[in-house]
Amino acid sequence: MSDLLRRLGGLALLVVALALPLVLNDFWLQTGLFVMAAAIGAVGLTLLVGVAGQLSLGHAAFAAIGAYVYAWSTGETTTSVTGAGLPPAVGLALAALVAAGVGAAFSPVAGRLRGIYLGLATLGLVFIVRHLLLNLTDWTGGFTGRSVESFALGGFSFSNSDPDYLAVGGVEFEGLHRLWYLFLLLAVVACWLAGNLRASRTGRAWANVRDSETAAAAMGIGVARAKAAAFVVSSAYAGTAGAMLALAYGRVAPDVFSLTASVDFLVMIVLGGLGSVAGAVVGALFVTALPLVLAEYSSALPFLAAPGSGGLDPSTASRIVYGLAIIAVLVFLRGGLAGAGRRLRHRLGGGGPSGDAGTTDPDTSGPGPTGRTAPASGTTDPSTPDGSHPAAVTHPRSKETTR
Amino acid sequence: MSYFLTQVLNGLSYGLVLSLIAAGFAIVFTSTGVLNFAHGSIVLLGAYLVAVLHPTIGFWPAMLVALFGAALVGVLINALLVRNLADPTPGAAAILMLGVDIVLLTELTRRIGNQVLPVGAPWGASVVRFGEIALPTGRVVAAGVTVVAFAALWYLFSRTDLGVGMRAAAADGPTASLMGIRLSRTAATGWALAGVLAAVAGVFLTSFPSPGVAPTVALSAFAAIPAWVLGGFDSVPGAVVGGLLIGLTSALVTGYEGDLEHFLGTGFGEVAPYVVMIVVLLVRPSGLLGSKEAVRV
Repeated sequence: MSDLLRRLGGLALLVVALALPLVLNDFWLQTGLFVMAAAIGAVGLTLLVGVAGQLSLGHAAFAAIGAYVYAWSTGETTTSVTGAGLPPAVGLALAALVAAGVGAAFSPVAGRLRGIYLGLATLGLVFIVRHLLLNLTDWTGGFTGRSVESFALGGFSFSNSDPDYLAVGGVEFEGLHRLWYLFLLLAVVACWLAGNLRASRTGRAWANVRDSETAAAAMGIGVARAKAAAFVVSSAYAGTAGAMLALAYGRVAPDVFSLTASVDFLVMIVLGGLGSVAGAVVGALFVTALPLVLAEYSSALPFLAAPGSGGLDPSTASRIVYGLAIIAVLVFLRGGLAGAGRRLRHRLGGGGPSGDAGTTDPDTSGPGPTGRTAPASGTTDPSTPDGSHPAAVTHPRSKETTR
Repeated sequence: MSYFLTQVLNGLSYGLVLSLIAAGFAIVFTSTGVLNFAHGSIVLLGAYLVAVLHPTIGFWPAMLVALFGAALVGVLINALLVRNLADPTPGAAAILMLGVDIVLLTELTRRIGNQVLPVGAPWGASVVRFGEIALPTGRVVAAGVTVVAFAALWYLFSRTDLGVGMRAAAADGPTASLMGIRLSRTAATGWALAGVLAAVAGVFLTSFPSPGVAPTVALSAFAAIPAWVLGGFDSVPGAVVGGLLIGLTSALVTGYEGDLEHFLGTGFGEVAPYVVMIVVLLVRPSGLLGSKEAVRV
């Protein structure tokens, strides 16, 4: 029942997303592209941090690798930078693969460390990658970066030309419109894969590693291997997101992939609720769109001053708002927006009662063993008004809590 | 030779300042288990307070206010936010501190703007000479103050009831609590100590040879993270060792950049600490002097 509702809701959202380019102007289209690119990165990070429990501050480094691999492999050799001139589709695949490869190369570290220790080690990655971007000028263009070839597939270009004129329903489809559909396809596939991965044997093994490495090892899960796998998958997502960001900007530069970008990815998944794919997408929407929208409409908002005038400028305002949002979510909202949504559904009686609160549920990710979290989801059920669907029968996944 | 010695002494004195910051990370981590990502902005806050107040009330009173201010902010962060986390795990606490850091740093950046505020330290831009080697007086004072600060910390942790209580609380919170140690008090003391150390470090980081207080100071406090990790997460002596090693590494790499440029690239001095950190974490995941984490089932 609730699954059906959720699917219908998802379908409705998808239809809306498909129709949006018909009505949006360039600013909103551009914002949408950034949101979708960020969403893919956030989904990858939520698999690593939320599901597998490995804190990473190096997500921007992998996104940078993806972006530059795409820029280099599809770019042409010019006087200032080299390029391989490969087809863009190959470049996109390479971006994900190379980022995953670097993730794999880093996995000896990832496999040995955990939690905040890993977070600190990955912090180093951001600085090292930034150093490489600044110094390998033949490939990266140095501080100013390099421009990015637009995406094309079989003669159809995702830019303003080739075909020069394309219209759907009377709206001319320019590069932004075309990229919108490409990004939407990638985002939907990425979310679908992530959702399935989370629910699969692999995802449950990761969640077990997060809850207790010792318990996971006792159940026959290769802990180091599981952590390395989570790292590789999340890096591939980051690489894809990086390549998409490069496409959306039309240019890559080291400053896009600073430590701030890493923190932004973390903020997205925390606001949305650790481990929740939908939450990561909502978080990406909030974090990415807020500064852009505030900047665009700053003249219409009375409390904002123009940048540089000494008052509260839009970028400062948005940073303070989302700093406060992180604090508020962590102090008041268990499990972020996704957790709040789940509780709301539960209270309204329409949602599947605690079926989601199985082993893959992030907001039960205490330091303790998995067993401790099971009663919490069980005991809330009988108190629902109708009480007609106890957890144990409505959802096949809830079996795992008693295992 | 004297160039080499200058670099070494520069590195060691800078390393001592880093070790003040690193010790702040270590003390907060042992007393409350929080990875304090907002420590950099507390360093900046301390320096900012001195820079704003010293023209009116003089350097030393301003310094006193800064010490209290930074300590108070730390204590408040702990009491109002960390203790009220909906989901009190180390990961959630670390991300909470990222949020606090964003708010604090954005507000301070907005207040400072594009200016570089001088801290008005009484030693100014003077230089001390030892034979052929010249060192900024600020660095010499920093080294002296740091040595005194660490001696005071050693006395606190080994000779006073409060310090012993803090060590007991860090070793085993519930048991310490049963023995009559108030965990809320040890935690608050830890945060206050870290704040004081941060403010002191902030003033030394922003006085000569640095031009003054600018938002980038918070970032240079990030360079203390490798120092902390290197020494061991829960070890104050480790913070000193780590700070000295990192200070020396970055001073030498920066000092000999001309020779290293061909294969390391420009600006490697900023990255070297992180490379050292990752290598150490690979070989010794709990740092040089940190206690090995026991796994309890």
